[in-house]
Amino acid sequence: MSRFLASTFVLLLLLPGAALAQTKAKAQNVPEIPYESVPNFLKLPSNLYLGEAMGVATNSKGHIFVFTRSANTRLFEFDQNGVFVREIGQGLYGFEFAHSVRVDPQDNIWVVDEGTNLVIKFNPQGRVVMVLGHRPDVVTGALATPAGPPSPAQKYIFGRPTDVAWDAQGDIFVSDGYVNNRVVKYDKDGRFLAQVGSEKAGNGSGQFNLPHGIAVDLQGNVYVADRSNHRLQVFDNNLVPKASFDNIGDSWTVCVSSGPHQYLYTSNSNPNGNPPGSWAITGEIYKMELDGTILGRFGHAGKQLGGFQVVHMMDCRNPNQIFVAEIESWRVQKLIFHPATIASAAR
Amino acid sequence: MIREKHLDGKIFMDIDRRTIWIATVLIAAFAVFLIARPITAQSSVPDIAFDSADPLQFPNNIYLGEVAGVATDSKGDIFVYTRTGHPTISLGTSRAFAHGGSRLFEFDRTGKYVREIGQDTYAFLVAQQVRVDPQDNIWIVDQMSSMVIKFDPNGRVQMLLGRKAEAERIPAAPLEVGTEGGVAHGLPGAGAQSDIFQRPTDVAWDAAGNIYVADGYGNARVAKFDKNGVFIKSWGSRGSGPGQFNTPHNLAIDVQGNVYVADTGNKRIQVFDSDGNFKSQIENVGAPAALCITPGPRQILYSSNSNPPDDIDSDGEIYRLDLSSHALGKFGRAGKLPKEFGTVNAISCRSDNAFYVGEIGNWRVQKLTLHVK
Repeated sequence: MSRFLASTFVLLLLLPGAALAQTKAKAQNVPEIPYESVPNFLKLPSNLYLGEAMGVATNSKGHIFVFTRSANTRLFEFDQNGVFVREIGQGLYGFEFAHSVRVDPQDNIWVVDEGTNLVIKFNPQGRVVMVLGHRPDVVTGALATPAGPPSPAQKYIFGRPTDVAWDAQGDIFVSDGYVNNRVVKYDKDGRFLAQVGSEKAGNGSGQFNLPHGIAVDLQGNVYVADRSNHRLQVFDNNLVPKASFDNIGDSWTVCVSSGPHQYLYTSNSNPNGNPPGSWAITGEIYKMELDGTILGRFGHAGKQLGGFQVVHMMDCRNPNQIFVAEIESWRVQKLIFHPATIASAAR
Repeated sequence: MIREKHLDGKIFMDIDRRTIWIATVLIAAFAVFLIARPITAQSSVPDIAFDSADPLQFPNNIYLGEVAGVATDSKGDIFVYTRTGHPTISLGTSRAFAHGGSRLFEFDRTGKYVREIGQDTYAFLVAQQVRVDPQDNIWIVDQMSSMVIKFDPNGRVQMLLGRKAEAERIPAAPLEVGTEGGVAHGLPGAGAQSDIFQRPTDVAWDAAGNIYVADGYGNARVAKFDKNGVFIKSWGSRGSGPGQFNTPHNLAIDVQGNVYVADTGNKRIQVFDSDGNFKSQIENVGAPAALCITPGPRQILYSSNSNPPDDIDSDGEIYRLDLSSHALGKFGRAGKLPKEFGTVNAISCRSDNAFYVGEIGNWRVQKLTLHVK
């Protein structure tokens, strides 16, 4: 019985993977942006290991936070030199299956856990100060996979949420997720304001098929990685659709850099499992203006340093120094860009 | 309803005819007043001003999860039973076993962390409540292991009620409410005549040390044991009539030994004598999920109309009542900020200086100061 369940589970994993697989970006003749990857940037104590690196984010001091799936899902902090500082939330009720970590402008650390359906806000000291969503009660026992159409999305309950972002007012935006297909907006106190999309997947404007990452610019525009729709959607602050960029392959994750001139990054990550041929057409990250103009691309699928193995998240607070977290290389890479070469490449 | 009952209680104590006549006029006037006003009793309850503080300090690597229970002992030490860590299923021979998922912490009256009690205890699965008895023993109720555990003040296990299921069914069977019933009274949800609980919710004691267990989500009864754990009786079945329950979720006992049961699903507090005879019920306090009775000569009952975990846009207020079921005031609302409540599951009200609420939704304990005259 359990073998049957296990093989069914594997099939379920593989089937959509095969269907979604990989998408070659339509954008052609995009200039390559050169970069260096810093070897062994993160220094872990001998008894600590990263597993799948799902989330990476930096705070205003340059400290790096990594949310990883190891034996348990864990959140680690490193200083600006990559030296291990501490673990946050060890044994937390909300840590089951890491998906995203982000740091807000006040240096609060937010994690999104798709195994507990929670978005958790830690203050800079590493204590929990807000919880969005509710973990399904374990007292009802291990859950059977629900059959049939998804139940209607609720204001305060997530269905495997994926990412979180904020506007300048502190309003909270959550991409939700694998079960629901929507983006939800809350005020800074965690009260529901609005949503776009629903529990149902769709490919129309304002509909999603796996909203997988989210970022907000200084004007409050919202950028959503609409992964299985092979596009990146843009919304205004009230979640009204503004634009859709469909020339960058599958948008797995998005990032908007800080500073007066903001750049938008999106990753056409190579798919999990590295199916034959996938490395040739995926694995690159695009650097764009906020209006969708592509400035260049960098990276490629590969297992060696400098290559990417399913980039799951990027931190681009400093556009000349980008961190990428990879699922299938269990690592975070620090990428260095030299502004002069970027400028010439973009030309 | 509350007001009428209150008036009834006061008025018929006096047998003077003239007083009765005046009272009758007053009741009639009050009834007209009530009917004429198109608002509910709930909204006419005055708001109580209050402040909130964050009382607890934690060592690194100790975190609260959902706070199911908070209680204080006679020294003012604070006990918190919380759903945290990783509820784990491990695979054994043909069966799956459940471990962990809840922890019991003690803090001193200043909020400084003292110790963990019962670390990795066999039955700490899904915290439901913690209470401290008059002798400072610490009792926990675990909803998933269906056990009530008494720790002595040193933190050692002293008595057990119920037994954890040996293994878990995966996927879990839906909660078959009431199917274990019939053993006791032939009524759905009445439960076994024993300490075979089904997702119990709370524990309380009377002055003689008799133990009362609210049981709970699976059964719909209150079970009574003597102080040695000998089963005496249980009462209740699933339903909405007097003496019936729809999720008895919390208990409180006054100095006379009356038993107050938060009958959450029926949106009422039922009051029984210590033998389980129905005495009265309190309505218009929302869906009571957490109760507490203050000690002392003039006892006050607190009852939380806790918001469901999936909504913070309604409910959440806590009522302050006297024991003649008159609502003296209410305070708070659902939300995530200080002074807001996220599914309050426990109220601890030993004194004005030690008033705490434990929240499922906000993973925290708030210390409240009520500004009552």
